[in-house]
Amino acid sequence: MKDVARIISTYTCDTSGVASALYELGGMTVMHDAAGYNSTYSTYDEPRWYDTESLVFTTGLTETQAILGDDSKFINDTIEAAQELKPKFIALTGSPIPMVTGTDFPAIAREVELATGITTFGFDTNGMHSYVAGVGLALKVLAERICQAPTHKSEALAVNLLGITPLDFSTNGTATALETVLEQQGIRIQSNWAMGSSFAAIQNAGAAQVNLVVTAGGLPAAKVLQKRFGMPYVIGTPYGAAFTAQIGAAIRKAATSGENQVVCQPRVNAKTIIIGESVTGLSLANALYAATGAGATVLCPVTPAVELLTTGCIAARDEDELIPHLAAATTIIADPLYQPICPATAKFVALPQEAFSGRIYHQVMPNLVSHLGTLLEELGS
Amino acid sequence: MLKNMHTAPKQVSVPIAQAEFPQPFPVGLEYSAPARGTQNIVFTGLSIPEAHSIFVCPQGCLRGVVLTAADIGASDRFSTIAVGESNVLEGNMEDQIIDGVGHIIDQLPVTPPAVLVYTSCVHQFLGIDLHMVFGTLRANYPAIQFTDCYMNPIMRKSGWNPDQKMRRQLYSLLKPAPLDEHAVNILANDYPLDHSSDLYQLLSQNHYTVREVATCKSYADYQKMATSKVAIVTRPAGKPAGKLVEKKLGQQLLYLPLSYNYEEIIQNLQKLSAALGLNYQPDPQTIAACDQALAAAQAIIGNTPIALDGTLGPRPLGLARLLLEHGFRVTDIYIDMFNKEEKADFAELQAIAPDLAIHSTLAVGMRVAPRTREEKVLAIGQKAAYFTATAYFVNLIKGSGLYGFDGIQRLASLMVAAYQEPKDTQALIQTKSWGCGCL
Repeated sequence: MKDVARIISTYTCDTSGVASALYELGGMTVMHDAAGYNSTYSTYDEPRWYDTESLVFTTGLTETQAILGDDSKFINDTIEAAQELKPKFIALTGSPIPMVTGTDFPAIAREVELATGITTFGFDTNGMHSYVAGVGLALKVLAERICQAPTHKSEALAVNLLGITPLDFSTNGTATALETVLEQQGIRIQSNWAMGSSFAAIQNAGAAQVNLVVTAGGLPAAKVLQKRFGMPYVIGTPYGAAFTAQIGAAIRKAATSGENQVVCQPRVNAKTIIIGESVTGLSLANALYAATGAGATVLCPVTPAVELLTTGCIAARDEDELIPHLAAATTIIADPLYQPICPATAKFVALPQEAFSGRIYHQVMPNLVSHLGTLLEELGS
Repeated sequence: MLKNMHTAPKQVSVPIAQAEFPQPFPVGLEYSAPARGTQNIVFTGLSIPEAHSIFVCPQGCLRGVVLTAADIGASDRFSTIAVGESNVLEGNMEDQIIDGVGHIIDQLPVTPPAVLVYTSCVHQFLGIDLHMVFGTLRANYPAIQFTDCYMNPIMRKSGWNPDQKMRRQLYSLLKPAPLDEHAVNILANDYPLDHSSDLYQLLSQNHYTVREVATCKSYADYQKMATSKVAIVTRPAGKPAGKLVEKKLGQQLLYLPLSYNYEEIIQNLQKLSAALGLNYQPDPQTIAACDQALAAAQAIIGNTPIALDGTLGPRPLGLARLLLEHGFRVTDIYIDMFNKEEKADFAELQAIAPDLAIHSTLAVGMRVAPRTREEKVLAIGQKAAYFTATAYFVNLIKGSGLYGFDGIQRLASLMVAAYQEPKDTQALIQTKSWGCGCL
């Protein structure tokens, strides 16, 4: 049955996706909610919460405010906090009740921006979409409003990495490894959206020739940057030497042709299933194919990069959608919290993801960019 | 690269002499400190053995509860139904609950004796017909007991908050039964009452059976709670639960609040004795032992500053007063709202320790407030440990089962242990419910 989970977990939502994407950029994210969204975010979604200060707050929305449609406390408290903390920008995000009461986040954002003089974004998140949608909204706004028209292009071939958050890559060094493997291909990193890059680097992203979309959350920004600055994009996550070389070649081709490049080919194999985000999942399928000659079918339970949906990457979220595919598999690569719905006859290879199991497996989140070989060993390849 | 942004925080701290009661700080945007060891309504519901919990909420609301269940290895007794935009727009949320709950029950390997169905803020705002929903579920599954539970934090400042409601609903499944004169319930606590506590000892020495949900091994055990003659509540959040069993089951409700005040502890035991017809006389040796334990701890801890917080239990001001009166140096309390029962302790602290610093934990300025201290700090409570960045803390959560004179003595020894042995604060306080067991 649609939307029903007897035993599996749920992916974190769009509101957390916005906060995660903007976490390191010096802004202030405000969740218009009673309390739970920030509590969940800080407990399960955000591994940087303890060690890295970032301004993420909740408005403490009450029943009375919601019934009366009273946004004044939300607005005034946001302005007061911004004046005290002086963030580089403000991001206003929602939750289910503001959706029901029709809170106009873009309008409130304009009001806050006028009052504070600080660039303010209003996101119509409502907690009913996956984190990928939220990451996409946040990075798209950066592309629209923060990136400046390039005064010059990088002399060396340079890319922006789009769609990087701990929700997909944890804090285990993957974000840095993504940069390293591309630099080893002779490709300079202009900016990383958004783990480890400065706000200024993202402002100057237009200096790169190409954008590399490493998760579906980066795709809306890539499309904006293509429209604004004519930058082509490549979709793929550099997992494994062979697939990374393919991505490197695609980046060069995109830079010279100005055309977007598709490297995430479907690698249909109903016997091996990967459950996960569309770009990273298909990239892993391609990396396996490059390493072993056998691919995998990806089941994508979160907002996908629509252009990647094929028989090799199937949208499937609910247990009843997933189980028939899993029943036919002999190998399943997925977060451990999927294991209860996997057949005991299939080999289960754990691939924990912060967006699904939160911090529960944080200490063992794999870095597939640097250590794909470990996964291949587990697969017996 | 990552940046730490330090700006001068606004009013996040105030000497107690200048603090307002019961709300010392204005409410603005709220910060959520990474001290997550307190239990939530998921734990409360799952404490009924064999019962199955089903949360019906939007995805973002489900996230925290489903991972709480996974965190404690209870995913097999926990299911979810995600409310989406289409459900809101099409107005089919009653059908979604009925069909979804039925689908889950039909898939369970064993039919549970009880199912707790949690609805959320969005159901309340759209005025769904819960009476019809639960009526249909009960008709469809007559062998299962259903109860309505609520995860609606938007109501936390309107009457009973979700925590109080959940503690109440925990007992809504009890079926009226003949009362046992020699059985007593302890209601609505997160952790079972220590067997060494004065209260438990008084009951067990007089051959009373003491029942708590947290110590029930089976659903049948849980149902036996319906037969207890007396129901004891030890914290304010449990009062609605007490009123429920009083009205529904005819149990005699006794409110015997967890306290650090010797007179109140004695009054509680006297009140219990009067209700049960027991002969209780305060034991001067017990009180002397309590004083000795505190004096021994003070001799070791000396003038070390002590920080407390509002998550340690319902009476942080009472604890601060007790410690100050026994020579400890309590310097800081991290709290956003005082328990109205503590007004006398508040006034006394204003008199005897006017400089005692009261800190908000929610104010946005606390996100950037310096957490380093020049001297060693002993904290009691996870938020106090976090905000003072100390490794020396008592991982006390909501009282942790300590009670009465025995509880004070045990706390004194825990303070000494915490003072002498550092903990991995970051690891301990970030995980749900890792309090108490790690004391």
